[in-house]
Amino acid sequence: MSKPIWIVRDYAACSGCRRCELACSIHHEDWMWPEASRIRVFMPYPGLEVPHFCAQCDDYPCVESCPTDALSVDEETTAVLVDEEKCISCGKCIDACPGKVPFLHPETNKVVICDLCEGDPECVKVCREAGYNALEKVEEKPNVHRKLFAMEPIIVAKDLAVNMLGEKGEEVV
Amino acid sequence: MPGGYAGKFLEVDLTREKVEDVTFPDEMLEAYFGGRGLAAKILWDRLGDGWSKLDPLSPENIFMAFTGPMTAIYPGARICCSGKSPISNGTVGSTASTEFASELKMAGYDGVIVTGKASSPVYILVTDEGGEIVDASHLWGKIGTETIKALNREVTAELTKRKSNIGLWREPGMIYVGPAGENMVRNAAVMTKLCHAAGYGGYGSLMGSKNLKAIVAKGRGKIPEVDAPEAVKLMWAKVHEHLIKPRSMRRWGTGYAGYAVGADTSSEPVRNWQEEWHDERSFGGPRFENKFWVKKRWADFNCTTNCMKLSCIKTGRWKGDITDMPDYELQAYCGTNFGIFDPEDNIHMSALADELGHSGINGPNTMAFAAELYQRGILTEEDVGFKLEWGDAEAFTKLAWLMAKRKGIGDILAEGTLRAAKKISEMKGVDCVKYVVHVKGIEIGAHGTRSDADYTHDISYAANVQGGDHTSVAVDGYSELSAAVFTDSAVICNFCFYGVPQELVFDMAKGITGFPINREIWRTVQGPRIVTLQRALLLMGGPDIVWEPIEDDDNPPRFYEPLPSGPYKGQTTDKELVVEKRAAYFDTLGWDERGIPKKEALDRLRLGDLEPSMKKLRK
Repeated sequence: MSKPIWIVRDYAACSGCRRCELACSIHHEDWMWPEASRIRVFMPYPGLEVPHFCAQCDDYPCVESCPTDALSVDEETTAVLVDEEKCISCGKCIDACPGKVPFLHPETNKVVICDLCEGDPECVKVCREAGYNALEKVEEKPNVHRKLFAMEPIIVAKDLAVNMLGEKGEEVV
Repeated sequence: MPGGYAGKFLEVDLTREKVEDVTFPDEMLEAYFGGRGLAAKILWDRLGDGWSKLDPLSPENIFMAFTGPMTAIYPGARICCSGKSPISNGTVGSTASTEFASELKMAGYDGVIVTGKASSPVYILVTDEGGEIVDASHLWGKIGTETIKALNREVTAELTKRKSNIGLWREPGMIYVGPAGENMVRNAAVMTKLCHAAGYGGYGSLMGSKNLKAIVAKGRGKIPEVDAPEAVKLMWAKVHEHLIKPRSMRRWGTGYAGYAVGADTSSEPVRNWQEEWHDERSFGGPRFENKFWVKKRWADFNCTTNCMKLSCIKTGRWKGDITDMPDYELQAYCGTNFGIFDPEDNIHMSALADELGHSGINGPNTMAFAAELYQRGILTEEDVGFKLEWGDAEAFTKLAWLMAKRKGIGDILAEGTLRAAKKISEMKGVDCVKYVVHVKGIEIGAHGTRSDADYTHDISYAANVQGGDHTSVAVDGYSELSAAVFTDSAVICNFCFYGVPQELVFDMAKGITGFPINREIWRTVQGPRIVTLQRALLLMGGPDIVWEPIEDDDNPPRFYEPLPSGPYKGQTTDKELVVEKRAAYFDTLGWDERGIPKKEALDRLRLGDLEPSMKKLRK
């Protein structure tokens, strides 16, 4: 039985190798499919790589917004689960998400959200194996901090840019 | 349908503004694989007849940006650019690491074939819906940074407009040219990701000649399926395990070599190769890393070698300059070869080459050549417009701009080192060609042969079908064929290839495609076929330069001058060994004593249709 978990993210440590996307899609889609991966690495400018995936807000606005109850919270891991049968691809959860994290699957057109791989996320495994540790699994119950990570990649990239590139960073994104 | 391929290529005729999907027979894919090999075959099929008369910068030439069947699946995705080379008049498979490659495959395309010439600047957009030609007037003249920003913004906005309800669109992948490519600087690069370049071959100028600013790709499909998916998944994980093992390449990339190759192996270009040794501790790796590296583990798609490290200058006169490390090649060519031993000036020169779309090896080779002429008084301050002293980053900055814009002396230098030398020789009535460090017009990478202590030796460049290209050198007519000739055709990164057990790589190649291939077949059939075809096209050459067998299958004069300094002082490339090994190389590949492929070899490699052209060359 899995405990409540969360994935801590360190954007500056992300190499941009995107192996998390490949591992995720191999697990969920049975083949390499970055655009169907539950974690997607955005690159608003070369060098500014932003892993973008569910932050598990403590109040789960996506779950609240779903008109068909297609979204629920896993009692063990606290991940957001998608019931594809019920999803009507309306996109309300995307709008409700402060980070616009959910997206529609390129083939099924059903919403895609990280389910934490039943407590043992594939993305974390490969990131750790490579020594980047941009993604780390922690056992932690929902709290108010998480929602702060639900941000659009462009906002993250703008901050990273200044951190990494100084004044030049203000103009690249 | 063999595995690993998306299944179709996009063909764009810029003159007629026609876009269509094309396919090639499975047998052709099996015989030439992808990238470098397949591009050479298509060039021969389509342009072979008039090859010698075809001006590479005319609309009749073809620009190709190809993936291979292993691209994006095997770690380290790259794109391979090709066409009749404006610099060698042959063909080069010129590769760069980029998400453009994976995006192209996810959009359902193995490659893009561009013919004709647009009436005004355009870019090509490739999506799941197909290809389209888009106006690029507003992008023409823009440097790398500005091009990336503008394309990221406008393409993402356009795709969002087309499909707004699916969530956030990710940025597209792209290859583009800077001002150097636009202005047809012959050795200009095809650029990607700010500081990655497909440099050898001069394909940036080919894109420029077609008024083609960029090709942009965004796909939402899966990476093409493979023949044996379960096995490939396991091998994929296994290859990454090998790449992740602690290696200096992961830690430092080649960013510590700018000192070491000079100090240790005496094979680093210094002041246009007048020396190959230096012991400038100011140029040591830690001086780069401690002050400038802002991202120490930077990787491209599906790569855990992460040899790239992002450098940024945050203060001083070059504030805001960004590049990778620079890697060894640019530490040498934008550093020591300019007489620059200051990391900050070196990062600036590298970043500038990237922004302008100069190939960071080839363009600066031409600039250092000009500086040597200045040193010798052949070019004067009046010719250049300013003092061009070694180590003066301001002066080289001006020269890089002049060359990219084809202004003043830059217009001559924009012809690439060899052609510029011929022009200046004529102008000045002095032989300048002896100072050119090239083979077959292609300026030589930053690894000399005189000390014999580096990985490059006697015939590495002399017998190489890609001339001075240090990423794919001639060895013995076997070894390189299952190495760079293979990786350039599979279109995967050499730095995700060397160090991985060869059986594993070739098993994965087989698992992906389903072709009955192995390393031995690449050494004896596939590799020789591709190299023999490239040799034929190189020898046919033209129209402005036709290479003379043997005479041009040699190192430049400078590589036979004794090294003037360092632990290898007095040593030089062994000419007798060159002659001996070149003959053995030709013989191994089934070429005659002048390196013309023999009929038997052509028949064996299923290249029989080359026979009439080769017969003429045999005399």
